[in-house]
Parts: sequence; C-alpha cells; structure tokens
Amino acid sequence: MTTMTVTAPPLKSRLRLPLLIWLSLGWLALMLLVAVSGDLWVPFDYQGIDLRARLQPPAWLEGGNWHHPFGTDHLGRDVLSRLVTSIQISLLVALIGTLIGALLGTLLGLLAAHFRGWVDDLVMIAIDYQASIPFMILALAVVAFFSNSLVLFVLLMGIFGWERYARISRGLALSSVRQGYAVAVRTLGASPWRIYSRHILPNIANALIVNMTLNFPQTIMLETSLSFLGLGIQPPMTSLGNMVGFGRDYLLTAWWLASIPALVIFFTTLAFALLGDWVRDKLDPTSR
Amino acid sequence: MNALYIMQKLARSFLTVLLIVTTVFVVLRLSGDPAVYVLGLDADAAAIEAFRDQWGLNRPIWQQYLQFLANAVQGDFGYSYFEERGAMEAVLERLPKTLLLMGVTGVLTLLIGIPAGIYAALHHNSWIDRFTMLVSVAGFSLPNFVLGIFLILLFSVTWQLLPSSGSGTWQHLVMPVLTMTVAEAAIFARFTRSAMLEVLHQPYMRTARAKGLRWHQAVRRHALPNAAIPLITLVGFFVGTLVAGGVVTESLFAWPGLGRLLVSSVANRDLAVVQIIVMLIACSMVFTNLLIDLMYGWLDPRVGSLRTGD
Repeated sequence: MTTMTVTAPPLKSRLRLPLLIWLSLGWLALMLLVAVSGDLWVPFDYQGIDLRARLQPPAWLEGGNWHHPFGTDHLGRDVLSRLVTSIQISLLVALIGTLIGALLGTLLGLLAAHFRGWVDDLVMIAIDYQASIPFMILALAVVAFFSNSLVLFVLLMGIFGWERYARISRGLALSSVRQGYAVAVRTLGASPWRIYSRHILPNIANALIVNMTLNFPQTIMLETSLSFLGLGIQPPMTSLGNMVGFGRDYLLTAWWLASIPALVIFFTTLAFALLGDWVRDKLDPTSR
Repeated sequence: MNALYIMQKLARSFLTVLLIVTTVFVVLRLSGDPAVYVLGLDADAAAIEAFRDQWGLNRPIWQQYLQFLANAVQGDFGYSYFEERGAMEAVLERLPKTLLLMGVTGVLTLLIGIPAGIYAALHHNSWIDRFTMLVSVAGFSLPNFVLGIFLILLFSVTWQLLPSSGSGTWQHLVMPVLTMTVAEAAIFARFTRSAMLEVLHQPYMRTARAKGLRWHQAVRRHALPNAAIPLITLVGFFVGTLVAGGVVTESLFAWPGLGRLLVSSVANRDLAVVQIIVMLIACSMVFTNLLIDLMYGWLDPRVGSLRTGD
C-alpha cells in the first residue's frame, strides 16, 4: 500500500464513477441470483445428452430456437443449463477458496504477531517461500504429483493468496498491540483470545475485507484458467473454464460455445475489480 | 550497501532454493511408488523389484535424498518416460521458444505500460487518466485464455489474418504476445501511475519548482528517477505473472514452449519433467528476487544499510 496525499476528486468524477459501480453491482447480483435460483428454472439437466440436437446456435441466430436459448454443444447438451451450473460451481469454489485463505492467512498472521520469535520467523519464511513461486505453477505441480480430485482442488484454491492475509494481519496486529486500547484491555486482565477476537480483529477487518474483494476474482481467474487447461474441475462436473476449454475446439463452427462462458468470466472479474477499487478508495482514503 | 546485507540476501536465496528442492523430493516420494506408477498396477513383483534396484528406490530415504541432491546439482533430473529421453534434454529444447515469447512480451510491456502510467499520472484526474485506468482495470481482469479466445475468433476465424496455433513465423508470435502484453502492461501502467503520483506530491518537487525549474525539467530530473525505485519491486511480480500467463497462453496457441510442456506433462503425470520445470521457475524467481534486493539496496542507500527488512 502506498500512502500519499489525496486531493478531493472533482465533482464530475464522483458522479461518473457510480454508474460503473451500479453496473458492476447489477451484474454480480444477477450472477448471485442465477447461482441461487438456477436449479428452479434451468430448462435441461446440464449433463443431458441429445445427439439429434448437436451444435445448435443460440436463439437469436439463424437456425436457433428458444428451446435452447444459448444453443447446444457438441453432445447436444443445453448451453444455458451448463452455464448456470458452471456459474454455481465457479462462484462456490471461489467463495470457499477465499474463505479458507482468509481464515488460514489471518490465523497464521496473528499467531506470528502474538508469539514473535521462532513462530514469527517460520511464518515469514513460509510467506517469502509462497510469494517466490507463481501459485499457478505450484498448483500444477500438486495436481501432477497427487492427481486431481475435487477436495484437493478446492483446498488449493483456499491456499492461494493466504500469504497476503498473513502479511496484512501480522503487520496490523503488531502495530495495534502497541496501541492504547490493546494495552488497556490487557491491563484489565483480558485473555489473548479475547483481545484478538474482540478488539484487534474488528480493527483490522477493513484491510482484510478489501483483500478478500481482491482475492475473490483472482481465485475465479485461477480456477477457470486451470479448468480451461483441463487440470481443474473435471467432467462430468463443469465450470466456466471447462466450457471455454471444450468450446475452443469448435471456434470455427460454433463460436458461442467458448464465447458465452468467456464473456461471463470477463464481466464477473471486471465487476469485482471495479468494485474492489471503489471499496478500497472508500475504506482507505489514504491509498490510491 | 554493506557486505552483511549482501551476505544475508545470498544466504536467504540459497536457503529458499534448498527448501524448494527438498519440497520437490518430499512431494515426489509422498505421491506414490514410482515403480508402480511407471510399470502399472498389474506389473509382476520381479519387474517392480528390478525397477527399484535400478533407480535406487530401495535404499534408505536419506541416501535417496542425498543422491537426489547430488543429481540435482549436476542437472540430472531423471528420465522422461513420456518423451522417452532425458527430462533435462526435453526441457532445454523448449526453453528458447519460451524465452522468445517472454522477451518480446517483456519489452512491449515496458514500452507501453510505463509511458501510459507516467502520462496518466501527469494528467491526473483528466479524462485520459480515467480512460487509461479503465482500460488497465479491464486489461488485468481479462484472464489470458479469455482474451486469447476472442483474439482467435477475430484474427483467425473472422478475418483470417493470423494463424491460431504453432510457431515459426512472426505471424505466429502476434497473438500470444498480444494476449500476454495486455494484462502485463495494464499492471505496469497502474503501478507506474501510483508511483508517479506519490512522487509528484513530495516536498522536493515543490522545492525543485520553487528554485526555478520548469515543470518538465522537474519531472525528468526529480520525479522519474524517484518513481523508478518502487517499480523495481514490481519486476519480481512481473516475472511471476509472465511465467503463469505463459503456461495458459502457450497451451491456448499451441506454442511449443515450457508452459505447454508443463501442462502436457502434468496431464500425463510425467513427473521428471514437471519437477525440472518447477525447479527452473522457482530458481529463476529466487534469482530475480535476489537481483531486486541487491538493486534496491544499491539504488536506495536507506535499504542497503538495514540489517533486516520485513
């Protein structure tokens, strides 16, 4: 985080920014709605094969029909139904991954700040180690060595980004321990558990939440990238990355197979990035 | 920059490399019996025993570890059962293609990202600043494979201008480089902008103006050199994202480099090749970070004299 003096943005920008924010919020709300309510209205089973209706174009193109609004894939499976399931799985994996990472990282960071000494050294070495190798490479190596399973994959998504939570919580906890309120509560005889959960954690929560909004879209990007490579979520399950990966072979004849999920990924990560920027500006006026 | 600082950084890098090599060894042994893996579950016991003998798998684990270290130092990382030759040989063959892709992308990223960031910072809050930042947010929210798919749809399928896969001519290089440069340049533009903005608000900029320097002189002599220091830290991150982005991009465009080899080796569970590539990447990251630390200490004397820096 860089600190700098901030001049108040001119009125025009304050009016212009929220439009993009509204669009982002609208898109994310739509995704959430689709993920939650999808099972109630999807027209087909997402694994349902219909070989007589292969590679049908979306309804708005010539040859398409409203039976399959987004068309069908190479096995005649309904693209809309697959898209809904993919959104559910991709969002769920990113959500679980972000929560695991936040818990793990914050816990390790607080432990390091509390015990100092060799615990701190160990956590710092682990942070440096984690930061020194691109996580995607590490994830690929783990998948190669242990072969892929859903539980392992979700755990991997959880480990992704833990070091940033750890760094943030450690740094902030170290500085707040010395501040008046923590010293006061400790003098009153509060247990360390109480000091951290009731006093320090609420004070550093802002920075952790900002990091979660940054981490969530990155987890989506990592999951979809690995699934795209065929090394993430495995068939018969489906994810947005999977759909793009399989659609790649049909770019010449059925461009919608890859483009529709690709657009969904892009809009979702973009909405999160815009929102994350905005939230960070609101919560932390000193960083830009 | 004192000797202690350099020694400390060197020791830490060496330790990290050792840690990486050890992790690879541990993970390799945890992941199952290589003999069963190579020969299959229904291989007969005599064949498995012979295989273990041949590769030293029935010696004590610490001997295997030492042997592994000795081999690693000599660059011998075993045999690729899938490529049917030395794993190192298979990896080295792909290296030039990856370096070409990364080199071109790296140069383009710096040429686009840094000037864009500087320009945006100098015109802070103008429409061009906002536009640059919007493009930059879009650029780094766009996963490599999504952008690549759209590029293929446009340039290969619709306009039929560029080949969608393979390597050989300069046309093959255009789309992979473009795919990777967009995200990288977006990050650089953003980071350069905030580094510049921070510097432009420093008191010494006011002093420079007050002593009579023109605005562009003050920017060139005082702002740019100071903004360059934080940019150096970005280089490590840059190498990391180049590597990760390269894996996806090479696979998408069937570019015959290390990234594509890594993905196919993971899919085939060709562990010898996977471990070399992982170690190669890890070592180059460690080396990059070492260089950054040393450069940082050299450029910013305040850092170089500190004993520890968290």
